[in-house]
Amino acid sequence: MSQLSRTPLFDFNVAHGGRMVDFAGWEMPVQFKSIVDEHKATRSAAGLFDVSHMGEATVTGPQATEFLDFVLTNGIASMKAGRVVYSLMCYEHGGVVDDLLVYRKADSEYMLCLNASNVEKDVAWLQAKAEGFDVDVCDVSESYALLALQGPKAFDILEGICSADFSELGYYYFAEGTVADIPCIISRTGYTGERGVELFVAPEHAAELADALVAAGDADGLVLAGLGARDSLRLEAGYSLYGHEISDEVSPVQAKLMWTVKLDKEVPFVGQQALLDEKAAGPAKRIVFFKTGTRRIVRAETAVLANGEVVGTVVSGTFSPALNEAIGSVLVDAAAATEELSIDMRGKPMKLYPTKPPFIKTNPQS
Amino acid sequence: MNIPDSLKYTKDHEWLKLLGNDEALVGITEYAQNSLGDITFVEVPEVEDTFSEGETFGVVESVKAASDLFMPLDGEIVEVNEALEDSPELVNQSAFEEGWLVKIKITDPSQLDALMDAAAYAEIAKD
Repeated sequence: MSQLSRTPLFDFNVAHGGRMVDFAGWEMPVQFKSIVDEHKATRSAAGLFDVSHMGEATVTGPQATEFLDFVLTNGIASMKAGRVVYSLMCYEHGGVVDDLLVYRKADSEYMLCLNASNVEKDVAWLQAKAEGFDVDVCDVSESYALLALQGPKAFDILEGICSADFSELGYYYFAEGTVADIPCIISRTGYTGERGVELFVAPEHAAELADALVAAGDADGLVLAGLGARDSLRLEAGYSLYGHEISDEVSPVQAKLMWTVKLDKEVPFVGQQALLDEKAAGPAKRIVFFKTGTRRIVRAETAVLANGEVVGTVVSGTFSPALNEAIGSVLVDAAAATEELSIDMRGKPMKLYPTKPPFIKTNPQS
Repeated sequence: MNIPDSLKYTKDHEWLKLLGNDEALVGITEYAQNSLGDITFVEVPEVEDTFSEGETFGVVESVKAASDLFMPLDGEIVEVNEALEDSPELVNQSAFEEGWLVKIKITDPSQLDALMDAAAYAEIAKD
Protein backbone atom coordinates (compact mmCIF):
# COMPACT_ATOMS: atom_id res chain seq x y z
CA MET A 1 0.00 0.00 0.00
CA SER A 2 1.39 3.37 -0.90
CA GLN A 3 1.86 5.98 1.77
CA LEU A 4 -0.98 8.50 2.04
CA SER A 5 -0.10 12.16 1.80
CA ARG A 6 -0.82 14.42 4.75
CA THR A 7 -1.71 18.08 4.62
CA PRO A 8 0.07 20.63 6.85
CA LEU A 9 -3.12 20.55 8.96
CA PHE A 10 -3.02 16.80 9.64
CA ASP A 11 -2.11 17.21 13.31
CA PHE A 12 -4.65 20.01 13.67
CA ASN A 13 -7.38 17.81 12.17
CA VAL A 14 -6.53 14.84 14.37
CA ALA A 15 -6.29 17.00 17.49
CA HIS A 16 -9.79 18.31 16.77
CA GLY A 17 -11.26 14.83 16.41
CA GLY A 18 -11.27 14.59 12.64
CA ARG A 19 -12.13 11.14 11.33
CA MET A 20 -9.39 10.60 8.79
CA VAL A 21 -10.00 8.70 5.56
CA ASP A 22 -8.17 8.10 2.30
CA PHE A 23 -9.33 10.64 -0.25
CA ALA A 24 -7.49 10.76 -3.57
CA GLY A 25 -4.36 9.51 -1.84
CA TRP A 26 -4.64 12.02 1.00
CA GLU A 27 -5.44 11.39 4.63
CA MET A 28 -8.33 13.83 5.05
CA PRO A 29 -11.06 14.40 7.65
CA VAL A 30 -14.40 13.12 6.32
CA GLN A 31 -16.09 14.55 9.40
CA PHE A 32 -15.36 15.91 12.86
CA LYS A 33 -18.57 15.30 14.82
CA SER A 34 -21.37 14.89 12.29
CA ILE A 35 -21.59 15.47 8.56
CA VAL A 36 -25.16 16.75 8.87
CA ASP A 37 -24.34 19.09 11.76
CA GLU A 38 -21.28 20.45 9.95
CA HIS A 39 -23.39 21.01 6.85
CA LYS A 40 -26.11 22.84 8.77
CA ALA A 41 -23.59 24.97 10.67
CA THR A 42 -21.98 26.04 7.39
CA ARG A 43 -25.39 27.12 6.06
CA SER A 44 -26.40 28.93 9.26
CA ALA A 45 -23.07 30.22 10.63
CA ALA A 46 -19.73 29.12 9.19
CA GLY A 47 -17.61 26.07 8.47
CA LEU A 48 -13.82 25.83 8.24
CA PHE A 49 -12.49 23.25 5.77
CA ASP A 50 -8.96 21.99 5.24
CA VAL A 51 -8.72 21.64 1.48
CA SER A 52 -4.94 21.65 1.31
CA HIS A 53 -5.03 18.51 -0.80
CA MET A 54 -6.02 20.73 -3.73
CA GLY A 55 -3.10 21.41 -6.06
CA GLU A 56 -1.67 24.64 -7.40
CA ALA A 57 0.31 25.33 -10.53
CA THR A 58 1.79 28.55 -11.84
CA VAL A 59 1.75 29.53 -15.49
CA THR A 60 4.12 32.38 -16.28
CA GLY A 61 5.91 33.87 -19.24
CA PRO A 62 5.27 36.23 -22.14
CA GLN A 63 2.72 33.91 -23.76
CA ALA A 64 0.95 32.80 -20.58
CA THR A 65 -2.38 34.40 -21.54
CA GLU A 66 -2.28 33.07 -25.08
CA PHE A 67 -1.40 29.62 -23.79
CA LEU A 68 -4.20 29.49 -21.22
CA ASP A 69 -6.73 30.64 -23.81
CA PHE A 70 -5.53 27.73 -25.93
CA VAL A 71 -5.58 25.05 -23.26
CA LEU A 72 -8.63 26.17 -21.23
CA THR A 73 -12.25 26.56 -22.31
CA ASN A 74 -13.12 29.85 -20.64
CA GLY A 75 -11.99 33.31 -21.76
CA ILE A 76 -8.66 34.30 -20.22
CA ALA A 77 -7.49 37.35 -22.20
CA SER A 78 -10.33 39.47 -20.84
CA MET A 79 -9.49 38.69 -17.18
CA LYS A 80 -8.20 41.61 -15.13
CA ALA A 81 -5.39 41.06 -12.64
CA GLY A 82 -7.01 40.15 -9.33
CA ARG A 83 -9.77 38.21 -11.01
CA VAL A 84 -10.64 34.53 -10.57
CA VAL A 85 -12.33 32.51 -13.31
CA TYR A 86 -13.75 28.99 -13.19
CA SER A 87 -12.79 27.01 -16.28
CA LEU A 88 -12.58 23.54 -17.67
CA MET A 89 -9.56 22.04 -19.35
CA CYS A 90 -10.67 19.65 -22.10
CA TYR A 91 -9.17 16.95 -24.24
CA GLU A 92 -9.39 17.26 -28.01
CA HIS A 93 -12.37 14.87 -27.88
CA GLY A 94 -14.26 17.21 -25.54
CA GLY A 95 -13.92 15.17 -22.36
CA VAL A 96 -12.61 17.01 -19.33
CA VAL A 97 -9.02 16.83 -18.04
CA ASP A 98 -9.99 18.84 -14.95
CA ASP A 99 -12.09 21.74 -13.73
CA LEU A 100 -10.09 24.47 -12.08
CA LEU A 101 -9.87 28.05 -10.89
CA VAL A 102 -7.63 30.50 -12.75
CA TYR A 103 -6.07 33.34 -10.73
CA ARG A 104 -4.62 36.20 -12.77
CA LYS A 105 -1.89 37.69 -10.61
CA ALA A 106 -0.35 39.95 -13.25
CA ASP A 107 -0.32 40.36 -17.03
CA SER A 108 1.75 37.24 -17.62
CA GLU A 109 1.44 35.52 -14.26
CA TYR A 110 -1.30 33.05 -13.36
CA MET A 111 -2.00 30.48 -10.68
CA LEU A 112 -4.32 27.51 -11.22
CA CYS A 113 -6.09 25.67 -8.42
CA LEU A 114 -6.52 21.99 -9.33
CA ASN A 115 -8.33 18.92 -8.03
CA ALA A 116 -6.13 16.82 -5.75
CA SER A 117 -6.61 13.63 -7.73
CA ASN A 118 -5.65 15.34 -11.00
CA VAL A 119 -2.57 17.41 -10.15
CA GLU A 120 0.05 15.20 -11.78
CA LYS A 121 -2.10 14.54 -14.84
CA ASP A 122 -2.93 18.25 -15.19
CA VAL A 123 0.64 19.45 -14.90
CA ALA A 124 1.82 16.85 -17.41
CA TRP A 125 -0.97 17.86 -19.78
CA LEU A 126 -0.24 21.56 -19.40
CA GLN A 127 3.47 21.03 -19.94
CA ALA A 128 2.87 18.90 -23.02
CA LYS A 129 0.49 21.45 -24.49
CA ALA A 130 2.90 24.30 -23.66
CA GLU A 131 5.28 23.15 -26.36
CA GLY A 132 5.73 26.00 -28.79
CA PHE A 133 4.57 28.62 -26.27
CA ASP A 134 6.97 30.84 -24.34
CA VAL A 135 5.62 29.83 -20.92
CA ASP A 136 6.66 28.00 -17.78
CA VAL A 137 4.28 25.64 -16.02
CA CYS A 138 5.28 24.71 -12.46
CA ASP A 139 3.61 22.49 -9.89
CA VAL A 140 3.70 24.62 -6.72
CA SER A 141 1.28 22.48 -4.69
CA GLU A 142 3.88 22.03 -1.95
CA SER A 143 4.01 25.80 -1.42
CA TYR A 144 0.43 26.15 -0.23
CA ALA A 145 -2.02 24.94 2.31
CA LEU A 146 -5.62 25.89 1.57
CA LEU A 147 -8.32 26.71 4.10
CA ALA A 148 -11.92 27.43 3.11
CA LEU A 149 -14.00 29.57 5.46
CA GLN A 150 -17.60 29.38 4.27
CA GLY A 151 -20.94 30.51 5.61
CA PRO A 152 -23.06 33.60 6.28
CA LYS A 153 -20.84 34.54 9.25
CA ALA A 154 -17.56 34.23 7.31
CA PHE A 155 -16.99 37.96 6.94
CA ASP A 156 -18.01 38.68 10.54
CA ILE A 157 -15.39 36.18 11.68
CA LEU A 158 -12.73 37.81 9.47
CA GLU A 159 -13.61 41.34 10.52
CA GLY A 160 -10.74 42.91 12.41
CA ILE A 161 -8.25 40.15 11.58
CA CYS A 162 -8.28 40.30 7.78
CA SER A 163 -6.62 42.92 5.58
CA ALA A 164 -9.20 42.56 2.82
CA ASP A 165 -12.24 44.83 2.63
CA PHE A 166 -15.15 42.71 1.48
CA SER A 167 -17.16 45.72 0.40
CA GLU A 168 -14.39 46.17 -2.19
CA LEU A 169 -13.26 42.62 -2.87
CA GLY A 170 -16.02 41.12 -5.00
CA TYR A 171 -17.09 37.56 -5.63
CA TYR A 172 -14.48 35.75 -7.74
CA TYR A 173 -11.78 38.32 -6.97
CA PHE A 174 -8.70 37.76 -4.84
CA ALA A 175 -6.12 39.83 -3.02
CA GLU A 176 -2.77 39.21 -1.41
CA GLY A 177 -3.06 40.20 2.22
CA THR A 178 -3.02 38.95 5.77
CA VAL A 179 -5.36 37.12 8.11
CA ALA A 180 -4.30 37.24 11.77
CA ASP A 181 -1.07 38.85 10.53
CA ILE A 182 -0.32 35.74 8.44
CA PRO A 183 0.32 36.41 4.75
CA CYS A 184 -2.15 34.68 2.46
CA ILE A 185 -3.96 34.89 -0.83
CA ILE A 186 -7.53 35.80 0.07
CA SER A 187 -9.89 34.46 -2.58
CA ARG A 188 -13.62 35.18 -2.57
CA THR A 189 -14.52 31.76 -3.87
CA GLY A 190 -15.88 28.53 -2.47
CA TYR A 191 -17.63 25.25 -3.09
CA THR A 192 -20.60 25.46 -0.73
CA GLY A 193 -22.96 28.03 -2.22
CA GLU A 194 -22.33 30.30 0.78
CA ARG A 195 -20.41 33.56 1.03
CA GLY A 196 -16.84 33.04 2.12
CA VAL A 197 -13.19 32.89 1.26
CA GLU A 198 -10.51 30.39 0.40
CA LEU A 199 -7.14 31.20 1.93
CA PHE A 200 -3.89 30.05 0.34
CA VAL A 201 -1.21 30.07 3.01
CA ALA A 202 2.36 28.85 3.40
CA PRO A 203 2.33 25.32 4.88
CA GLU A 204 4.34 26.34 7.92
CA HIS A 205 1.69 28.92 8.89
CA ALA A 206 -1.37 26.79 8.15
CA ALA A 207 -1.98 25.52 11.68
CA GLU A 208 -1.46 28.97 13.14
CA LEU A 209 -4.02 30.39 10.69
CA ALA A 210 -6.50 27.60 11.46
CA ASP A 211 -6.11 28.22 15.20
CA ALA A 212 -6.65 31.94 14.71
CA LEU A 213 -9.82 31.35 12.67
CA VAL A 214 -11.18 28.87 15.21
CA ALA A 215 -10.58 31.41 17.98
CA ALA A 216 -12.11 34.23 15.97
CA GLY A 217 -15.10 32.16 14.92
CA ASP A 218 -16.00 30.57 18.21
CA ALA A 219 -18.54 33.23 19.20
CA ASP A 220 -20.14 33.13 15.75
CA GLY A 221 -20.72 29.38 15.77
CA LEU A 222 -17.85 28.36 13.49
CA VAL A 223 -17.41 24.58 13.19
CA LEU A 224 -14.68 22.49 11.66
CA ALA A 225 -16.14 20.67 8.67
CA GLY A 226 -14.91 17.67 6.73
CA LEU A 227 -15.15 16.35 3.20
CA GLY A 228 -18.53 14.75 3.89
CA ALA A 229 -20.17 18.12 4.48
CA ARG A 230 -18.18 19.60 1.60
CA ASP A 231 -19.80 17.05 -0.72
CA SER A 232 -23.38 17.56 0.49
CA LEU A 233 -22.95 21.35 0.44
CA ARG A 234 -21.65 21.37 -3.13
CA LEU A 235 -24.36 19.00 -4.34
CA GLU A 236 -27.16 21.10 -2.77
CA ALA A 237 -25.60 24.11 -4.49
CA GLY A 238 -25.61 22.20 -7.80
CA TYR A 239 -21.84 22.30 -8.33
CA SER A 240 -20.14 19.63 -10.41
CA LEU A 241 -17.43 17.39 -8.99
CA TYR A 242 -14.70 15.99 -11.19
CA GLY A 243 -15.03 12.22 -11.59
CA HIS A 244 -18.78 12.51 -11.07
CA GLU A 245 -20.69 15.14 -13.09
CA ILE A 246 -17.64 15.77 -15.29
CA SER A 247 -14.78 13.47 -16.30
CA ASP A 248 -12.66 12.46 -19.24
CA GLU A 249 -15.83 10.77 -20.53
CA VAL A 250 -18.41 13.40 -19.56
CA SER A 251 -18.15 16.59 -21.60
CA PRO A 252 -19.34 20.07 -20.64
CA VAL A 253 -22.15 19.74 -23.19
CA GLN A 254 -23.41 16.69 -21.31
CA ALA A 255 -22.86 18.32 -17.92
CA LYS A 256 -24.59 21.59 -18.92
CA LEU A 257 -21.41 23.51 -18.19
CA MET A 258 -21.24 25.35 -21.50
CA TRP A 259 -21.29 28.65 -19.60
CA THR A 260 -17.64 27.85 -18.80
CA VAL A 261 -16.81 27.29 -22.47
CA LYS A 262 -16.28 30.33 -24.63
CA LEU A 263 -17.02 28.66 -27.95
CA ASP A 264 -16.56 31.89 -29.91
CA LYS A 265 -13.05 32.61 -28.62
CA GLU A 266 -10.89 34.45 -31.13
CA VAL A 267 -8.24 31.78 -30.88
CA PRO A 268 -8.86 28.04 -31.30
CA PHE A 269 -8.69 26.04 -28.07
CA VAL A 270 -8.25 22.38 -27.21
CA GLY A 271 -11.57 20.57 -27.51
CA GLN A 272 -13.31 23.40 -29.38
CA GLN A 273 -14.19 21.45 -32.52
CA ALA A 274 -15.45 18.42 -30.61
CA LEU A 275 -17.62 20.62 -28.39
CA LEU A 276 -18.99 22.56 -31.36
CA ASP A 277 -19.85 19.27 -33.08
CA GLU A 278 -21.39 17.76 -29.97
CA LYS A 279 -23.46 20.86 -29.30
CA ALA A 280 -24.73 20.90 -32.88
CA ALA A 281 -25.58 17.20 -32.96
CA GLY A 282 -26.91 17.13 -29.40
CA PRO A 283 -25.14 15.16 -26.68
CA ALA A 284 -25.53 11.36 -26.52
CA LYS A 285 -25.74 11.51 -22.73
CA ARG A 286 -26.85 14.06 -20.17
CA ILE A 287 -26.33 14.80 -16.52
CA VAL A 288 -29.67 15.10 -14.73
CA PHE A 289 -29.95 16.16 -11.08
CA PHE A 290 -32.68 14.52 -9.05
CA LYS A 291 -34.64 14.59 -5.82
CA THR A 292 -36.13 11.43 -4.33
CA GLY A 293 -38.84 12.47 -1.90
CA THR A 294 -37.32 10.03 0.61
CA ARG A 295 -34.40 10.00 3.01
CA ARG A 296 -32.87 6.92 1.34
CA ILE A 297 -29.60 7.87 -0.29
CA VAL A 298 -29.13 6.61 -3.82
CA ARG A 299 -25.47 5.65 -4.01
CA ALA A 300 -23.12 6.51 -6.86
CA GLU A 301 -22.72 3.79 -9.52
CA THR A 302 -26.28 2.49 -9.04
CA ALA A 303 -27.90 1.61 -12.39
CA VAL A 304 -30.61 4.01 -13.58
CA LEU A 305 -33.70 2.55 -15.25
CA ALA A 306 -36.31 3.88 -17.68
CA ASN A 307 -39.10 1.65 -19.01
CA GLY A 308 -37.34 -1.34 -17.52
CA GLU A 309 -34.06 -0.73 -19.36
CA VAL A 310 -30.75 0.42 -17.93
CA VAL A 311 -30.22 3.93 -19.33
CA GLY A 312 -27.36 5.19 -17.19
CA THR A 313 -25.78 5.37 -13.75
CA VAL A 314 -25.97 7.48 -10.63
CA VAL A 315 -22.88 9.69 -10.43
CA SER A 316 -23.54 11.52 -7.15
CA GLY A 317 -25.88 10.79 -4.27
CA THR A 318 -26.18 12.17 -0.79
CA PHE A 319 -28.57 13.45 1.84
CA SER A 320 -29.67 17.08 1.67
CA PRO A 321 -30.10 18.45 5.20
CA ALA A 322 -31.86 21.53 3.81
CA LEU A 323 -34.48 19.51 1.95
CA ASN A 324 -34.50 16.57 4.40
CA GLU A 325 -34.36 14.14 1.49
CA ALA A 326 -31.86 12.28 -0.64
CA ILE A 327 -30.61 14.10 -3.75
CA GLY A 328 -28.13 13.34 -6.47
CA SER A 329 -27.29 13.28 -10.15
CA VAL A 330 -27.29 10.69 -12.91
CA LEU A 331 -25.61 10.33 -16.29
CA VAL A 332 -28.22 8.93 -18.68
CA ASP A 333 -28.75 8.43 -22.40
CA ALA A 334 -30.07 11.71 -23.77
CA ALA A 335 -33.13 9.98 -25.21
CA ALA A 336 -34.05 8.74 -21.74
CA ALA A 337 -33.47 12.06 -19.98
CA THR A 338 -37.13 13.03 -20.29
CA GLU A 339 -38.45 9.58 -19.38
CA GLU A 340 -39.50 8.50 -15.90
CA LEU A 341 -36.27 7.49 -14.19
CA SER A 342 -35.95 5.04 -11.33
CA ILE A 343 -33.43 2.86 -9.53
CA ASP A 344 -33.67 -0.44 -7.72
CA MET A 345 -33.49 0.22 -3.97
CA ARG A 346 -32.85 -3.15 -2.36
CA GLY A 347 -35.34 -4.95 -4.58
CA LYS A 348 -37.94 -2.19 -4.84
CA PRO A 349 -38.24 0.46 -7.56
CA MET A 350 -37.60 4.01 -6.38
CA LYS A 351 -38.44 7.03 -8.51
CA LEU A 352 -36.02 9.84 -9.24
CA TYR A 353 -37.51 13.31 -9.72
CA PRO A 354 -35.51 15.45 -12.17
CA THR A 355 -34.62 18.81 -10.63
CA LYS A 356 -32.93 21.84 -12.05
CA PRO A 357 -29.93 22.71 -9.86
CA PRO A 358 -29.27 24.32 -7.46
CA PHE A 359 -31.45 22.38 -5.03
CA ILE A 360 -31.60 25.35 -2.69
CA LYS A 361 -31.43 29.09 -3.17
CA THR A 362 -27.80 30.08 -2.76
CA ASN A 363 -26.24 33.52 -2.67
CA PRO A 364 -22.46 33.09 -2.53
CA GLN A 365 -21.86 36.54 -4.00
CA SER A 366 -23.68 38.25 -1.09
CA MET B 1 -16.96 3.63 24.36
CA ASN B 2 -20.19 2.95 26.20
CA ILE B 3 -21.03 -0.81 26.45
CA PRO B 4 -23.71 -1.43 29.10
CA ASP B 5 -23.17 -4.57 31.20
CA SER B 6 -26.89 -5.37 31.23
CA LEU B 7 -27.11 -6.15 27.50
CA LYS B 8 -26.17 -9.06 25.23
CA TYR B 9 -24.18 -8.43 22.04
CA THR B 10 -23.52 -9.89 18.58
CA LYS B 11 -20.44 -9.77 16.37
CA ASP B 12 -22.50 -7.59 14.00
CA HIS B 13 -22.53 -4.82 16.62
CA GLU B 14 -26.11 -5.30 17.67
CA TRP B 15 -27.40 -5.42 21.23
CA LEU B 16 -30.24 -7.33 22.80
CA LYS B 17 -32.00 -6.33 26.01
CA LEU B 18 -34.05 -9.02 27.75
CA LEU B 19 -37.43 -7.79 28.94
CA GLY B 20 -38.77 -11.01 30.45
CA ASN B 21 -41.44 -13.25 29.00
CA ASP B 22 -38.93 -14.19 26.25
CA GLU B 23 -39.20 -10.74 24.75
CA ALA B 24 -36.25 -8.51 23.97
CA LEU B 25 -35.38 -5.16 22.42
CA VAL B 26 -32.79 -5.15 19.64
CA GLY B 27 -30.67 -2.23 18.49
CA ILE B 28 -27.24 -1.35 17.19
CA THR B 29 -24.40 -0.44 19.52
CA GLU B 30 -22.81 2.91 20.22
CA TYR B 31 -19.77 1.63 18.32
CA ALA B 32 -21.93 0.80 15.27
CA GLN B 33 -23.75 4.14 15.18
CA ASN B 34 -20.47 5.96 15.57
CA SER B 35 -18.92 4.03 12.69
CA LEU B 36 -21.91 4.69 10.45
CA GLY B 37 -22.16 8.39 11.24
CA ASP B 38 -25.31 10.42 10.58
CA ILE B 39 -28.16 7.94 10.19
CA THR B 40 -30.71 9.12 7.63
CA PHE B 41 -33.02 6.12 7.29
CA VAL B 42 -33.94 2.95 9.14
CA GLU B 43 -35.93 0.16 7.52
CA VAL B 44 -37.52 -2.29 9.94
CA PRO B 45 -39.85 -5.22 9.16
CA GLU B 46 -43.57 -5.60 9.81
CA VAL B 47 -44.91 -6.76 13.14
CA GLU B 48 -45.51 -10.56 13.09
CA ASP B 49 -42.71 -11.14 10.55
CA THR B 50 -40.48 -13.98 11.68
CA PHE B 51 -36.77 -14.39 11.07
CA SER B 52 -34.06 -16.95 11.73
CA GLU B 53 -30.82 -16.18 13.50
CA GLY B 54 -28.45 -14.40 11.09
CA GLU B 55 -31.18 -13.44 8.61
CA THR B 56 -31.38 -9.85 7.36
CA PHE B 57 -34.34 -8.11 8.97
CA GLY B 58 -33.74 -4.50 7.94
CA VAL B 59 -31.19 -1.85 7.10
CA VAL B 60 -29.67 1.20 8.70
CA GLU B 61 -28.57 3.86 6.22
CA SER B 62 -26.22 6.72 6.95
CA VAL B 63 -24.79 9.50 4.84
CA LYS B 64 -21.74 7.30 4.36
CA ALA B 65 -23.10 3.77 3.97
CA ALA B 66 -25.99 1.32 4.19
CA SER B 67 -25.64 -1.50 6.70
CA ASP B 68 -27.82 -4.62 6.94
CA LEU B 69 -29.41 -5.60 10.22
CA PHE B 70 -29.02 -9.26 11.18
CA MET B 71 -31.39 -11.12 13.47
CA PRO B 72 -29.45 -12.00 16.67
CA LEU B 73 -31.52 -15.16 17.15
CA ASP B 74 -34.70 -16.85 15.88
CA GLY B 75 -37.75 -14.77 16.65
CA GLU B 76 -40.88 -12.89 15.71
CA ILE B 77 -41.16 -9.11 15.47
CA VAL B 78 -43.71 -7.93 18.05
CA GLU B 79 -43.12 -4.19 17.86
CA VAL B 80 -41.05 -1.72 15.82
CA ASN B 81 -39.74 1.66 16.94
CA GLU B 82 -42.01 3.93 14.93
CA ALA B 83 -40.23 7.06 16.13
CA LEU B 84 -37.35 6.17 13.82
CA GLU B 85 -39.44 6.81 10.73
CA ASP B 86 -39.31 10.57 11.29
CA SER B 87 -36.25 10.68 13.53
CA PRO B 88 -33.68 8.08 12.51
CA GLU B 89 -31.06 10.25 14.21
CA LEU B 90 -32.35 8.82 17.52
CA VAL B 91 -30.06 5.87 16.79
CA ASN B 92 -27.10 8.27 16.78
CA GLN B 93 -28.26 10.15 19.83
CA SER B 94 -29.33 7.21 21.97
CA ALA B 95 -28.22 3.90 20.50
CA PHE B 96 -28.97 1.84 23.63
CA GLU B 97 -32.23 3.53 24.70
CA GLU B 98 -34.50 5.61 22.47
CA GLY B 99 -32.79 4.34 19.33
CA TRP B 100 -33.92 0.72 19.77
CA LEU B 101 -35.02 -0.86 16.48
CA VAL B 102 -37.42 -3.76 17.12
CA LYS B 103 -38.94 -5.75 19.94
CA ILE B 104 -38.82 -9.50 19.32
CA LYS B 105 -40.34 -12.63 20.81
CA ILE B 106 -37.51 -15.12 21.17
CA THR B 107 -38.31 -18.54 19.70
CA ASP B 108 -35.55 -20.51 21.40
CA PRO B 109 -34.08 -18.93 24.56
CA SER B 110 -31.20 -21.41 24.53
CA GLN B 111 -29.75 -19.40 21.61
CA LEU B 112 -29.03 -16.60 24.08
CA ASP B 113 -26.01 -18.56 25.27
CA ALA B 114 -24.27 -17.87 21.96
CA LEU B 115 -24.45 -14.09 22.42
CA MET B 116 -21.63 -12.11 23.97
CA ASP B 117 -21.57 -10.29 27.28
CA ALA B 118 -20.26 -6.74 27.53
CA ALA B 119 -16.69 -7.80 28.30
CA ALA B 120 -16.48 -10.11 25.28
CA TYR B 121 -18.06 -7.49 23.02
CA ALA B 122 -15.63 -4.84 24.24
CA GLU B 123 -12.86 -6.94 22.70
CA ILE B 124 -14.28 -6.65 19.19
CA ALA B 125 -15.52 -3.06 19.51
CA LYS B 126 -12.03 -1.63 19.59
CA ASP B 127 -10.96 1.03 17.15
